[in-house]
Amino acid sequence: MTLLLQFLFSGLTTGSVYALVGIGFNIVYNSTSIINLAQGEFVVIGGLMMWFFLEGMQFPFSVSFSLTLLTAAVIGLIMERLTIKPLLKKGDLLLMIMVTIAISILIRGILMFKFGKDPYTYPAFTEGEPINFYGAVITQQTLWVIGITVLCIILLYLFFNKTMTGRAMRACSINIRAARLMGINVSKVVMLSFIISSVIGALGGIAITPISLMEYDKGAMLSVKGFCAAIMGGLGRNRGAVAGGFSIGILEALTAGYIHSGFKDAIALLIMLFILFVKPAGIFGKAEIMKLRKF
Amino acid sequence: MNRENAIAILLLTILVFLFPQLTTDNYILTVGIFIGINSIVAIGLTILMGYAGQISLGQAGFYGIGAYVSAILSLSYGLPVMLSIITAIAVASIAATLLAIPSLRLKGHYLAVATLGFGEIIHIIINEWGPGGPSGFGDIPHFSIFGYTLQSTVEYFYLIWICIILIMIFSLNLLNSMTGKALRAIHDSEIATLTLGINITFLKIKVFVLSAVYASLAGALYAHYVTFLSPSGFSLFYSVLVLMMVVIGGISNIWGGIAGAIIITILPEVLRGFKEFDILMYGLILTLSLLFMRKGIVPMVIDVFRNKFLIKIRKNDA
Amino acid sequence: MKGLGKLCLCLLIFLVFTFFTPITSHCKEPYRIGAIFSVTGAASFLGEPEKNTVLMLAEQINKSGGINGHPLEVIIEDSKSDETQAVLAAKKLLEKDKVLAIIGPSTTGESMALVPIMTQAKTPLISAAAGANITQPVKERYWIFKTAQYDTSAVEAIYTYMKKRGIKKVGILTITTGFGDSGRKALTELASKFGISIVADERYGPKDTDMTAQLTKIKAAGAQAVINWSIGPGQVIVTKNWYALKMGIPLFQSHGWGSKKNIELAGKAAEGVIAPLGRLVVWNKLPDKHPQKALLKKYATDYEQRFKAEPSTFGGHAYDAFMIVVEAIKKVGPDKQKIRDYIENKIKKWPGTGGIFNMSPNDHCGLDVSAFEMVIVKNGDWEILK
Repeated sequence: MTLLLQFLFSGLTTGSVYALVGIGFNIVYNSTSIINLAQGEFVVIGGLMMWFFLEGMQFPFSVSFSLTLLTAAVIGLIMERLTIKPLLKKGDLLLMIMVTIAISILIRGILMFKFGKDPYTYPAFTEGEPINFYGAVITQQTLWVIGITVLCIILLYLFFNKTMTGRAMRACSINIRAARLMGINVSKVVMLSFIISSVIGALGGIAITPISLMEYDKGAMLSVKGFCAAIMGGLGRNRGAVAGGFSIGILEALTAGYIHSGFKDAIALLIMLFILFVKPAGIFGKAEIMKLRKF
Repeated sequence: MNRENAIAILLLTILVFLFPQLTTDNYILTVGIFIGINSIVAIGLTILMGYAGQISLGQAGFYGIGAYVSAILSLSYGLPVMLSIITAIAVASIAATLLAIPSLRLKGHYLAVATLGFGEIIHIIINEWGPGGPSGFGDIPHFSIFGYTLQSTVEYFYLIWICIILIMIFSLNLLNSMTGKALRAIHDSEIATLTLGINITFLKIKVFVLSAVYASLAGALYAHYVTFLSPSGFSLFYSVLVLMMVVIGGISNIWGGIAGAIIITILPEVLRGFKEFDILMYGLILTLSLLFMRKGIVPMVIDVFRNKFLIKIRKNDA
Repeated sequence: MKGLGKLCLCLLIFLVFTFFTPITSHCKEPYRIGAIFSVTGAASFLGEPEKNTVLMLAEQINKSGGINGHPLEVIIEDSKSDETQAVLAAKKLLEKDKVLAIIGPSTTGESMALVPIMTQAKTPLISAAAGANITQPVKERYWIFKTAQYDTSAVEAIYTYMKKRGIKKVGILTITTGFGDSGRKALTELASKFGISIVADERYGPKDTDMTAQLTKIKAAGAQAVINWSIGPGQVIVTKNWYALKMGIPLFQSHGWGSKKNIELAGKAAEGVIAPLGRLVVWNKLPDKHPQKALLKKYATDYEQRFKAEPSTFGGHAYDAFMIVVEAIKKVGPDKQKIRDYIENKIKKWPGTGGIFNMSPNDHCGLDVSAFEMVIVKNGDWEILK
């Protein structure tokens, strides 16, 4: 029992970050139909910039926190305006996806230049001993990571369902042409979606760095895992990304614990493939919606 | 095969035979060999993406199967290299068929992730069970045919580029045949093709397997040329690299695969001079190329060429 | 927009053509040494200090007049931690730059990929990687040497220490890269020789973020100690997880642990971690008469001054490889065959950063278990265990 609990905690920690990256994918996907493969890079930006402001510049926590999110938002904004906007009119999705890969290489290059190749970390948000829970141990920072993920999900739900802007973004995700006819500024929606997804990525980075450290090339792995999480749950559905992220995280931990740690990635991937073959639109995805989209 | 393509094949053949006469620099020839290996994989992916409209992020998996199966068979079981390469290709095509049947029901991003998952599983398998594990293994036999073993760089250069010429002739003929026309139709509209009574699923599987055959052949050639294998060269990173070659080279033209392979293979070599800046320059050049050469190199060159040519003809007419 | 596209196309074509232009020959005849390191990519933690070290040493030698009056030119190539790139870099160094010898590469896989090329080109390679099969079987590795200690020596150091303390059951945790895998092989092969049984054999990926599951399993298996064999962020994450779980059994790390940065990153979690380390990290705790002390002191202080960073044992491997080649050239001149023979036969009782080298026709590494000290982390600093 204690063992199982410990494995679950481990899975929840890694799963949270996958879920946050997956949600970031969804937000951009809903407005543009593309997968922003630079999403993982924003997690790295979050962790490294937080270190820069907090440890490098010695700013207080709240200031560093806001500055980091601001930096990520600005980078997301620049990326969208310079690269995605000019391509959006032509609507070549594959080209746009390739551009996001090229940008991720570029961001990695800049980060390597600024921060070098060493890993970075800073103290956990709250000092204190790990919490003992029925014999299993959970660090306080893990609770922060899970808490931030849950908070993100709630805030996004409120934003997309209760505010005018959020509803406009949802309208775009259902039918972009109809949304445009209704007078929604699609270009602005796309811009906003990039900003929101960058900030969410950075949030994940800020929270996870005290646990897992952060170095310039961690983004690619996070992008891949987040991509799998989003697909497994059904693209475009945030609860899908959350379910996908947590299931991949927990599957990995359980495989490591009960079968063998060498196969934890392989078994998580196999189960993902199995789900896709049985339900081609993911757990929460709708096959009818998928038919209408090219990607 | 139409006239332009026949001329292009002829030009390529001449170039391949002249090239080693012009340079004795083994380094340049080695780069040429790696361009060739990458081209073979990229040609397969171009056909799959540009003509059948399917996306694959799992080419590294087939590339890895080709390399590992052929290397293991010839090293541990003493099979002749030719035979082990053919077996490796057969294994890869079986794997491709098994993967294609369930996954071609998927579309777009879902298909991308399914193939990505396959590629990563192959990567994990060779990392866990491959000879030497993550450290890899060496002493793989060199390529040999009819009792003659290829040793020098020039010989390998010829071997690989003759393979490419044959692959191009085969592919161009295929694309010109009924199959090719049906494929283009799939790319334009699946539903319309279906109503014409063409078996789309079977065609898609065929092309998917073809791309796997090319990738595994390239992998096997790599194994017997470098004679050392480790899992690091067969990760998702390579699949993405091949995808980049195809898009930069031009997805709508089968020659785009070769053009993309040339650029993506040579770029890091040229950027060696920039030392630390190279990853920065690499990202920047890729971004700019994608942003401003949207159709890819080959279609763009053809456009420029046609414009100039047509203007000339018009002037002559006047 | 269209114009920019053409500009891009022209730029690409131009870049491709610059590749084929021959490099201009140098007017004065310098001695050229090639170096291939994983400056970027997965193994950049090795390549970075190695590159810095070689850059610094070359500067120092040229400042003091070069080798026998000839300036020394070191051409450093980045292999991006990838075998294909390493092969290309080696071909470039051999064909274009016509180097006398090549130092590196940083990883075992890349070194192995270069073995056939160097043998064909009849040029010495002094690898900075640890894998035993780089230089074994020695008969087939005529041109290949290495300066990094064998993994088995580090494992022997750990097991000897464990045997003294009565530890009999261990759980091992290794990273799924070449480094971790060769460590894993050494750990499993040598265990029975020391009467130690491995009760759990766990692994994790180079970019994994949490190893709690693996450690929990090791504890449940009844291990008396954990041995973690990895490099990079993984070893810090394991240390933090080990601390958070309050496992109550000691944590041993590999010889890759030897960087102050790891103690900094792990904070108080690092207290009590034990590892076999080369003497470079503990040079100021060595007795003055130790043959390595003077050289380690100079290297460590020079490196810190030049790069504002602490030197690592990996940089030390490059130091040894480079100095061996330089000494050989100094003695026998620019002749590849003679350089090789000199390294094989004349490098005896030669103090380097990694230990005292004794090369011979049967051993192209020349280091053994005496190259390591068992070191424990205490109050944020290293302390040599007796």
